[in-house]
Amino acid sequence: MSANRRTPLYARHTELKARIVPFGGWDMPVQYAGIAPEHKAVRAAAGIFDVSHMARVSFGGPGALGLLEHVFTNSVATMKDGQVRYGLVCNDAGGILDDILVYRWPYGFAAVVNAGNREKILAWLEAHRAGRDVQIQDQTFDTTMIAVQGPKSVELVAGMFADDVTTLKYYFATPTRYKDKPCVVSRTGYTGEDGFEVIVPNDLGAVLWDDFLARGAVPCGLGARDTLRLEAAMPLYGHELNETTNPISAGLGWAVKLDKGEFVGRGALKNADPAKPVRVGIELDSKRAAREGCAVFAAGGEQVGTVTSGSLAPHLDKSIAMGYVNPAVANVGGALEVDLRGTRVPATVVPLPFYARRKSAK
Amino acid sequence: MSNPTELRYAPTHEWAKLEGDVVTVGVTAFAIEQLTEPTYLELPAVGTAVTAGGKFGVIESYKSTSDLYSPVAGTVIEVNEPLVDDPKTKRKGDPKPVNDSPFHAGWMVKIKLAAGATLDHLLTAEQYDAQLAAEGH
Repeated sequence: MSANRRTPLYARHTELKARIVPFGGWDMPVQYAGIAPEHKAVRAAAGIFDVSHMARVSFGGPGALGLLEHVFTNSVATMKDGQVRYGLVCNDAGGILDDILVYRWPYGFAAVVNAGNREKILAWLEAHRAGRDVQIQDQTFDTTMIAVQGPKSVELVAGMFADDVTTLKYYFATPTRYKDKPCVVSRTGYTGEDGFEVIVPNDLGAVLWDDFLARGAVPCGLGARDTLRLEAAMPLYGHELNETTNPISAGLGWAVKLDKGEFVGRGALKNADPAKPVRVGIELDSKRAAREGCAVFAAGGEQVGTVTSGSLAPHLDKSIAMGYVNPAVANVGGALEVDLRGTRVPATVVPLPFYARRKSAK
Repeated sequence: MSNPTELRYAPTHEWAKLEGDVVTVGVTAFAIEQLTEPTYLELPAVGTAVTAGGKFGVIESYKSTSDLYSPVAGTVIEVNEPLVDDPKTKRKGDPKPVNDSPFHAGWMVKIKLAAGATLDHLLTAEQYDAQLAAEGH
């Protein structure tokens, strides 16, 4: 018996014959029908993901804005009600503790935090509240979160909730009701497709899952989630991001507002070392995949970096990778080599993202 | 998990089928379930000598890259060519049969047993089933 936690949808996953793997302290489905068909279903139609393992934290009280502004690299004060914003939580040295989403409500704030960083971030928040009048509530174990992603997700969610969520703008959220109970719907995701993420009370988790399936969504596991986010060049904590990387070298400078006022890590990030390796996209001239830890070389030369994620991309059908390389060789079009178990395979620096969806014409 | 009883198994999830002094080798359905769909295979050329427990190839999936280990000692006499790239004609290999039919169409190599080599050290289907059960599968 595993010591890992199980989401309220665990029985659904085993009924669907998912293969279960440990992830961030949870037993999660890695695949149902297969990574490639699930990945392609999200690119072509709609897939659903159990993302209940992600930590959900709410903030109330007059000190909530000040606390979030202090620990989050992006601006919180400039957010509109209902807006969702991506940013980092950094340590004093500018190292990344987590990448999170902050939600602003008329009555407070919420954050979605990586599963494996839940305890670390809760402790960090507690350590930095500094007498502020703020109530921090971990709602992870009381709620179920499901992502529906893909071009068909808009028509799929139409009519499911008390309010029309199909008019939500990208990176906006709304509280609404599902089966007469309060829930939250946001137009967010981690696949590079249009889509929504829905948070419901646990007793409606499996009901919502079954509802999505009945409307034609394909169940998708962490395997497809990983290949989808890789094609979309979204960083994954523990791979592209960790406490030794900073948001500037990770290519996330757009999510750091150095002029917003003091926040943890600001001093270090203002003086970030420009010679530090930077995150780049790499395309290999092979069907073989680069894996985390593979050494990257200048073509015919010495080691210039390391791969952080890599796979054969199911939709693009190319071998793609992200990694950190010296800034001198980070220019798009530059020739590299990646060491795949002793064989140096030719590769090229390519622009990120590898895949960008066509914006629907309106 | 139904592992064919006429085959023998390595603890590293390869199967071996003896016909005369030739052993056909592939990976088990369990291995494929763990690896997820194969995307690329590297197999030895005909004539390559292999040892029992020695590496003979590489299997890649969307999630991982893993070595393949020969269950027996001998010489490779045939390779399931459509699974692998052919650099001469630039034909790309298609490892799909390994996913769809790991015990049959997805066979990888045929090995002529070295003098005195046997399959006696390999697991029976019953023992391999027990290994999977002990690992919690």
